[in-house]
Amino acid sequence: MKLRNALFAASALVSVTATAALADGHATTLTIATVNNGDMIRMQGLTDDFTEKTGHTVEWVTLEENVLRQRVTTDITTNGGAFDIMTIGMYETPIWGANDWLVPLDDLSDDYNVDDILPAMRAGLSYEGTLYAAPFYGESSMIMYRTDLMEAAGMEMPDAPTWQFIREAAAAMTDRDNEINGICLRGKAGWGEGGAFITVTANSFGARWFDEDWNAQFDQPQWAEALNFYVGMMEESGPPGYATNGFNENLSLFQQGKCGMWIDATVAASFVTNPDDSTVADSVGFALAPNSEGIEKKSNWLWAWALAIPAGTQKADAAKEFIEWATSTDYIELVAENEGWANVPPGARISLYENANYKDIPFAQKTLDSILAADPTDPTVDPVPYVGIQFVAIPEFAGIATEVSQEFSAAYAGQQTVEEALEKAQAITNEAMEAAGYR
Amino acid sequence: MARAVTTQRKALNTAIAWAIGLLIFFPILWTILTSFKTEAQAIADPPVFLFFDWTLENYAVVQERSNYMRFLWNSVFIAGGSTILGIIIAVPAAWSMAFVPSKRTKDILLWMLSTKMLPAVGVLYPIYLIFIKLGILDSRLGLTVVLMLINLPIIVWMLYTYFKEIPGEILEAARMDGASLRNEILYVLTPMAIPGIASTLLLNFILAWNEAFWTLNLTAAQAAPLTAFIASYSSPEGLFFAKLSAASTMAIAPILILGWFSQKQLVRGLTFGAVK
Repeated sequence: MKLRNALFAASALVSVTATAALADGHATTLTIATVNNGDMIRMQGLTDDFTEKTGHTVEWVTLEENVLRQRVTTDITTNGGAFDIMTIGMYETPIWGANDWLVPLDDLSDDYNVDDILPAMRAGLSYEGTLYAAPFYGESSMIMYRTDLMEAAGMEMPDAPTWQFIREAAAAMTDRDNEINGICLRGKAGWGEGGAFITVTANSFGARWFDEDWNAQFDQPQWAEALNFYVGMMEESGPPGYATNGFNENLSLFQQGKCGMWIDATVAASFVTNPDDSTVADSVGFALAPNSEGIEKKSNWLWAWALAIPAGTQKADAAKEFIEWATSTDYIELVAENEGWANVPPGARISLYENANYKDIPFAQKTLDSILAADPTDPTVDPVPYVGIQFVAIPEFAGIATEVSQEFSAAYAGQQTVEEALEKAQAITNEAMEAAGYR
Repeated sequence: MARAVTTQRKALNTAIAWAIGLLIFFPILWTILTSFKTEAQAIADPPVFLFFDWTLENYAVVQERSNYMRFLWNSVFIAGGSTILGIIIAVPAAWSMAFVPSKRTKDILLWMLSTKMLPAVGVLYPIYLIFIKLGILDSRLGLTVVLMLINLPIIVWMLYTYFKEIPGEILEAARMDGASLRNEILYVLTPMAIPGIASTLLLNFILAWNEAFWTLNLTAAQAAPLTAFIASYSSPEGLFFAKLSAASTMAIAPILILGWFSQKQLVRGLTFGAVK
């Protein structure tokens, strides 16, 4: 017994000493899980600046988005401690924050200027007013269109068009003989792919996922109107096989000049205007995502990739230092210096949009306007019991929305009618919500 | 008496075999070709096959961004270690099942195989928690043991099948000459089953090399093998197919070369005992 006590005391002493050493500011190595996209890769290339300033080194674990989501979820729910910083989105942050799985970011330094974070981003990454993840970059969705095709069709894109205008313009721009589709939109199954797109479209027709008592609302006329409109427009002017198209497929079509319009993530603006990759780089215009006539809510979403610290880490202080570095205004200037203003991470800080250098970027203002037009706490016309625009911030949503989007994709592919898909979506959702104890 | 085969028939068979071979190899060939294209050429429609400006830029980018050698070493260690460990455990197990079967041998063999039918994700959390408790998360040792356990049923089954082809009388003769059990397995059984053991070794090395569920879920920065290296170039928001193809080519190159040099042994082992 004495030996056990002695061993316990010794191990406690070792762990206290180790913690004290870390807290003392000793250099350490941080393991960071992140996604593979341009902004994150750029950050990896600039990490030496962080190491120079703090002495801490960084090990990157870069994974595809869905793999990353599964990987970090496994680790955080088991308190595994494999990562010191995780890249997560607006869907996970409030749920994980509520479960105390994340370290609150409520003591960031004054220099960091937390009030400079765009309010919509800050709200979406907080739980009960406490910030749990710092936005690295943010995005909304908007219309990207071919100015030359629009002109040839004899039409002019308004700053904030309606769905009815978009359908008309898409039909006018469609040229099947030359493989030009008037409009390219996501139809691929998956809650973050076609599921996200149809949810924001439905919002702009006044539909909602749940009423205030968590009853599914797919049996309401707004959903039927939104879905029938989408299917009708895509059959008239969409590309063949649109039911399996996601972000990348549409990006590829647009870059090859095969889409008149594309409504998708604002981050795509930098891809379609890059002459190295896009054949239509010099003829792309931007407009706000559409709304249905008579309804104010627009069909744009809000998303942020943010950096959070899992509660299981032993290196919280060093992790905070990294987050302050990576999401600071100084970092934005570092990227601008090395890669140009078009490549700085957008959508996170107010000051970026006040910067004269950034204002010259053609899509900067529309990106900001789109982000400002999105309100996760009031996503549609009628009141809802949830937070989120293209998702519902409850743990059950990913599973339910994946199944529902599969039914919708089957309707897009002509394997069932819109009415059948909605009927199944209603049953799937209500059953799952009942099993989860919401109803 | 051998059946006469006409020249025409031979030519037809050869053509069919080549067509099937090319069809199977085409995705790999396409990946290799794409790795030498620019991102714009990689998504060109109609696709460009051979006539494009070949570039090594993707390889340069991948090389600059990732520590390829660390991923490669982890793959070699994990795939090699799990295969060798599996063979060491499976040879005595297969010997006992092939030459000293009990009433339950067939049931045990079937039960072993049935463990392969369980979806891996079903045991992810228990194994993850065990790894945390043992402190072997993100370690090569932990992953080696897990992959060995996962492939063990296949190794035992393959060796059992090869051992069954060896006449038991030869082992009996060795025993009568005074060979101990260890010597019987090491110096009599193993040399006779070398083609079978070699093909089992190669096949399981390939399986372990390509395993992507456990290698992604039980590693972070230290023990991640080439499967994680490939996964780091896949992106749902952005077209990086050329870079992804370069990473894939670098990941499959060692196993392709190994397969090329050992194809004779592999085929001999897989067809061992097929013709009596």
